[in-house]
Amino acid sequence: MSEIPILSILIFIPVVGIFFMLLIRNNDDQSSQNLKHTALWITFLNFIISLSLLFSFDLNNPDFQFVEKYAWIESGISYHLGIDGVSILFVILTTMLVPICILASYESIKFSVKEYLISFLALETFMIGVFCSLDLVLFYLFFEGGLIPMFLIIGIWGGERRVYSTFKFFLYTLAGSVFMLLAIIYIFISTGTTDVETLLVYNFTANEQLILWIAFFTSFMVKIPMWPFHTWLPDAHVEAPTAGSVILAGVLLKMAGYGFIRFSIGFFPDASEFFAPFIFSLSVIAIIVTSLIALVQEDMKKLIAYSSVAHMGFVTLGIFTFTVQGIEGGIIQMISHGIVSAALFLCVGVVYDRLHTREIARYGGLVSKMPFYSFSFMIFILASLGLPGTSGFVGEFLVLLSIFTVNTYFAIFATTGVVLAATYSLWLYRRIIFGALIKDDLSEMFDLTRREIIIFLPLIILTVFIGLYPKPIINIIEPSTEKIVNQIKVKLD
Amino acid sequence: MQSLVYILPEIFLFIVATVLLVTGLFLKNIKLINLLAIFSLLVAVFLILNQPFQSAFLNSFVVDEFSLVLKVMILIGSIASLIMFVSSKDDLNINIYEFPILIIFSTIGMMVMVSANDLLAMFIGLELQSLSLYVLAALNRNSLLSSEAGIKYFILGALSSGLLLFGISYIYGFSGNTNFNLIAVNINPESLGLIIGIVFVLAGLAFKVSAVPFHMWTPDVYQGAPTPITGFFALAPKIAAMGLLVRFLFNSFGEIYIDWQQIIFFISIASMMLAAFAAIAQTNLKRLMAYSSIGHIGYALIGVACFTDEGLRSLLIYLMIYLIMNIAVFAFLLSLKRNDGYFENISDLSGMHKNHPLRTMLIALIMFSLAGIPPLAGFFGKFYIFVAAIESEMLFLAIIGVIASVISAFYYLRIVKVMYFDEPKEEFDGSSIKSLNLLYYPSSILIIIFFIYPSPVINISEYAIQSII
Repeated sequence: MSEIPILSILIFIPVVGIFFMLLIRNNDDQSSQNLKHTALWITFLNFIISLSLLFSFDLNNPDFQFVEKYAWIESGISYHLGIDGVSILFVILTTMLVPICILASYESIKFSVKEYLISFLALETFMIGVFCSLDLVLFYLFFEGGLIPMFLIIGIWGGERRVYSTFKFFLYTLAGSVFMLLAIIYIFISTGTTDVETLLVYNFTANEQLILWIAFFTSFMVKIPMWPFHTWLPDAHVEAPTAGSVILAGVLLKMAGYGFIRFSIGFFPDASEFFAPFIFSLSVIAIIVTSLIALVQEDMKKLIAYSSVAHMGFVTLGIFTFTVQGIEGGIIQMISHGIVSAALFLCVGVVYDRLHTREIARYGGLVSKMPFYSFSFMIFILASLGLPGTSGFVGEFLVLLSIFTVNTYFAIFATTGVVLAATYSLWLYRRIIFGALIKDDLSEMFDLTRREIIIFLPLIILTVFIGLYPKPIINIIEPSTEKIVNQIKVKLD
Repeated sequence: MQSLVYILPEIFLFIVATVLLVTGLFLKNIKLINLLAIFSLLVAVFLILNQPFQSAFLNSFVVDEFSLVLKVMILIGSIASLIMFVSSKDDLNINIYEFPILIIFSTIGMMVMVSANDLLAMFIGLELQSLSLYVLAALNRNSLLSSEAGIKYFILGALSSGLLLFGISYIYGFSGNTNFNLIAVNINPESLGLIIGIVFVLAGLAFKVSAVPFHMWTPDVYQGAPTPITGFFALAPKIAAMGLLVRFLFNSFGEIYIDWQQIIFFISIASMMLAAFAAIAQTNLKRLMAYSSIGHIGYALIGVACFTDEGLRSLLIYLMIYLIMNIAVFAFLLSLKRNDGYFENISDLSGMHKNHPLRTMLIALIMFSLAGIPPLAGFFGKFYIFVAAIESEMLFLAIIGVIASVISAFYYLRIVKVMYFDEPKEEFDGSSIKSLNLLYYPSSILIIIFFIYPSPVINISEYAIQSII
């Protein structure tokens, strides 16, 4: 193991970046260009460093790696970082998406550029922190801290109803999370520590588990989000600037899924087993209901937002099967959704930058003007509906496989969700891309610029690569997932 | 005679104040007097830090770890408000040299309060503090609001002092002692008269810390008083009264804590909830800060209600963080100045991030901190409070606490919203005031970086409480 505290470096490079940005004082176009370049290079550097994690990561070791532990608040609450097969991919997903987001904001952010970039860098710190923390208080710190920059990103650079949306987003998630805080404090008092590694082998009594599970669940349920607490998500997505939506769909939702895997089922297996049918029901309802809602949306972003809720339904389905395939499927589904939905929001952003509307009816026949765009959009739409050969298929397939072994009825309903996903995705694509180009203002549309191609290219490659050859990903995830499943089995016995 | 040595800082400040009062008549330089006052407060900090721990005047005045920490906090609050005074005295029409002197007198009163170990010493300290504050609240004689604030504060304050004195007489009557320790020794848990006494004293003290249901004066006085004085109200007296409350309850009535615990329990819940809802409707920043401070006192009282080491420790952590946050907020309020006029409505902040990006960013973070959002310091204050509450099995208090913090997040966010999301107005010229930056930047930076190394604050709190329990 290396001596370099690589996770801390990853977490705090954006903070160093913020200091650099604060030093650039002028307020003209030139300096805002400089700011954007600085932010881009800092986050790109962070991405490169995070790739080095992949190379030095020991695939056969299911335990936490790159561990750092320092005394922090008091005994029992320490600054404890580490990643395993479950979290490493989320870290890399985050570091990959942030530079893409900054690149995507080059043209669309016109004012207060410095604050915007600082918010993004701060957000990156918090997001990486969430996936690396091995201490509940530290986790909560990062988990909630992310609300501040996101509140500003939606509120300042968002659309018309941004104030309503960002308040809704903030208060919903805060209200969900405070009970998790109480649960964390309870855990701290009853066990004397908030260290995740210690708690993973600690046995809570059955009653404690039920209460604590519910407290954690309220937080994650709002964040992931599950039906019926998903209503903040479409609002937040619609009003957020493109890059904000990308991060929201790409990373923030995954924090909750990650929380379910690491904490809910890891700490409270009995309670998780007890509540599993409840989760399955909510997930299946989410998959079907939000897919149906997605069908009738007039707004592109809203449609994709509802589809996110449906996709997250698959994630929770998979996680609570307690099988290796199910959890692996959940993780891959999250990674895939992180790439694909992020890309879909970027696709919306591309046409929005040109026409300044997200109304589906205003578009049509773009294929003749924007062939490259139509091609990329198609890949992501197909990945979103889970076509074999794309990343979306792998996750959904594994999840459905695992849920069939647990409960056939839920599996049947969940599978209808796949059909519905195909319906709304393809219909969206048909309405925007195909047909005759009859609307006058569309004739001015131009195809992807070089910057946009640079944004889309890595996402396309990843989508297809994971779809065709998911083995490397599974190799990373598998040992840690097996360990989690074994631990649950031991605890349940 | 030996006892006089133990109250050296108080005596020193008293002499300074008297001398300044006389020199002020001849010397017209208010700035110099203010500077001397700040300097002597710093000297007092030094004296306090080097004082031996002793009890003086037949154990009615104690100097211990607890009083040391609280006194330093109070002096920091006083110094901060003197700095605020010097930056704004000309424009606020409070260009009166008595200001720093009254602050010093009031500070002496507070120092006596946190050292008081006797009902009479407690009352003397409280009155010295209060009388100075009444005058301070009404200092701007040309302003109707300020005069109203002074009168209102005086009448209600006198009422509360009356209640307090009434309670003291009951306690003395039913226990035969005025010394806290002797009361504890001779306590008769069955005595109803003692309970009545405690209730009245608590009512008086609740008034001083502005806890619901004795909070009515707070919004009006906060709004009416000139801003540096409002800052002083929010900083020092709250801390002093809290310290007094703790010593009174823990030292003399620790044995019958069941009886007073429920009172604290109730006023804590009432303060948190009322403040959370009432602040939503406010349009004036100072009124909003008044409700905010009521809410924060509610949280701090959870620490008292626990009646444990943890609770007391969390109370001190909370008060320290509260002090730093409020210094930042009031320094910020004073910097909202344009063409010699001050602005104190929320709508005046509209879009100010365009013109003052750095200042707005910091104050937005302070607002998030007041709302208790991690990783800022305010979160840790609440965190420790909840740890204490859950540890002493007061889950109900903790749940009410988190619910209130979500509700109150709304009004703090509203300020952020106005500053960032709304249309910009004219520029403020407050950023040119150097002395305010002296308060504003260090305190907000402390709030932001607190999470990196929280141990000092925790260690200080642990140090302070060892003399109480």
